[in-house]
Amino acid sequence: MTTKDKYKKVAYYPGCALEGTGHSYNRSTKAVGKALGLDLVEVKNWNCCGAMEVKNIDPKLQTYLSSRVMSVAVNEMDMDVVMAPCNGCYHNLKKAEYDLKHDPESVEVVAKLSKKAGHKSYESGQVETIHALDWIKDSIGEEGLAERVKNSLSGIKVANYYGCMYTRPRHIFPEKDAGPGSESTSKPHFMDDLLAAAGAENVEFPLKTACCGGAHTLSDSDTSTKLVLNILKAAKLAGADVIATECPTCHSGLEMHQIRAEKVLGETVDIKILYFTQLLGMALGLKPRKVGVHENVSDPMKFLKQKGLA
Amino acid sequence: MPIHEKSLIRPENLKTHEELVIDGVDVSGHWSTFIESRVVSDYNEAMEDEIAALPGGENIHRCWQCGSCTNSCTVNAINPDFNPRYWIYLIRMGMEDELLRDKDIIWQCVSCNKCTYACPRDVFPEGVMKATAHWLERKGHTPKSPSMHFDEVFTEQVIKTGKIEESRTIRRFFSRTKQGLMQPWMIEMVKRLLRNLPVGLLTRMGLATFVAPKTRGWSSAAAAMQEYIDEQHEKQEQALSS
Repeated sequence: MTTKDKYKKVAYYPGCALEGTGHSYNRSTKAVGKALGLDLVEVKNWNCCGAMEVKNIDPKLQTYLSSRVMSVAVNEMDMDVVMAPCNGCYHNLKKAEYDLKHDPESVEVVAKLSKKAGHKSYESGQVETIHALDWIKDSIGEEGLAERVKNSLSGIKVANYYGCMYTRPRHIFPEKDAGPGSESTSKPHFMDDLLAAAGAENVEFPLKTACCGGAHTLSDSDTSTKLVLNILKAAKLAGADVIATECPTCHSGLEMHQIRAEKVLGETVDIKILYFTQLLGMALGLKPRKVGVHENVSDPMKFLKQKGLA
Repeated sequence: MPIHEKSLIRPENLKTHEELVIDGVDVSGHWSTFIESRVVSDYNEAMEDEIAALPGGENIHRCWQCGSCTNSCTVNAINPDFNPRYWIYLIRMGMEDELLRDKDIIWQCVSCNKCTYACPRDVFPEGVMKATAHWLERKGHTPKSPSMHFDEVFTEQVIKTGKIEESRTIRRFFSRTKQGLMQPWMIEMVKRLLRNLPVGLLTRMGLATFVAPKTRGWSSAAAAMQEYIDEQHEKQEQALSS
């Protein structure tokens, strides 16, 4: 696997959740970047990508919001790679890229709104959007990562949970399912690869891309609690100690409905939930507080001490 | 006759006979369930076009009823009445009364896009579910769903400030749907979060509650987006009233 130098300095789009409930993902992503010598330049004066809600009011409005972020990166920062750790942001930027390449009506609406808003309109092909997983895998690689591990994750059994927005719908991710080495939309493995390089033992987890009900986490909580319970139980049955996450909506959904299942359904599933960047950071020798473990709702400190990570 | 989608047959349309002999053949037991024939004469011919005119519904005409959407559906797995394939069929046939029987669950689509992934015809069933839920609301068949309230609260905030500050969105959503914010699980979540004293996070979120994070110079973008939404709304109203 060749490493890509162009990912060593990327425009960083944290998004709204990483400034709020997902702050530990923000903190750990930056800490891992620093430990690996990768440069993150935050997108200037960014805006919300539209998340999962704006498209229900109007999909083209979401395309505009996401396109503005890419427009800032290319036109105001001269950057051609945007890295978004949040699955929602990553998905929406990819979706905007796809629509602007294939749908003339979207191009027209984005051009009109950009002009009225007073900035250059984004054109498809100007920016490559990548996920935090691509960023680490392609710039450092598994071998590079293994060389830098100070505190192996050995003895930790991990269920890697990718969620919906990282792989579906597949047509917006043309680089996936592209043969050996590429990411798979049905059985994604980039997170498995990285954590294995850091020493973790990945369990066979059938619900990697199952839905946590994140879109309705508050508006239809009972459905979300059922879906999350499935995920927690399946991971536990697969023998995992930890569910590794890569999306702030999934992560806070799992944490919230783990508690809600306890309080409303009386069902307790004892499994830790950590961002993959938190696990990687600790493997690289960072203290739990440096990767924001104290900002998670669930408390894995006792477990981390047992495993020699804290 | 094996009935694969028995949930589709309404209880009043099922006739069960413990003992039944027809033309000298005993058809009791397993074979004793019949669907009474009926005549449907009341079609809503405009329904498919109206749903197709709402965002997400554009490709409904492409459906060839393979059922991949229902097979892959996340919500169907926990509620067999949630059946996108069937609803698309009813909409295309114009069988409004049948569709209305399920009006209160259609909004529950979680947008996981498994159907969109599986669909061989690019119908984008996820979008069709959203368009159908909107159609039901705009025709007055259902009140605004909790999901619609959430989408509106969220979008209003993005248009106003360019960014989302989660505690504001959550508080507004709970107040608009008239729910108490202090649910037992919510209190427990806050308690557990406070246990590790994440001072930095709390200060940050506390400050954001008073001064909402904003994208600078957003007013012209906000005005352009609001104008666009209003235009679209007007076009959709025309399509719905034709």
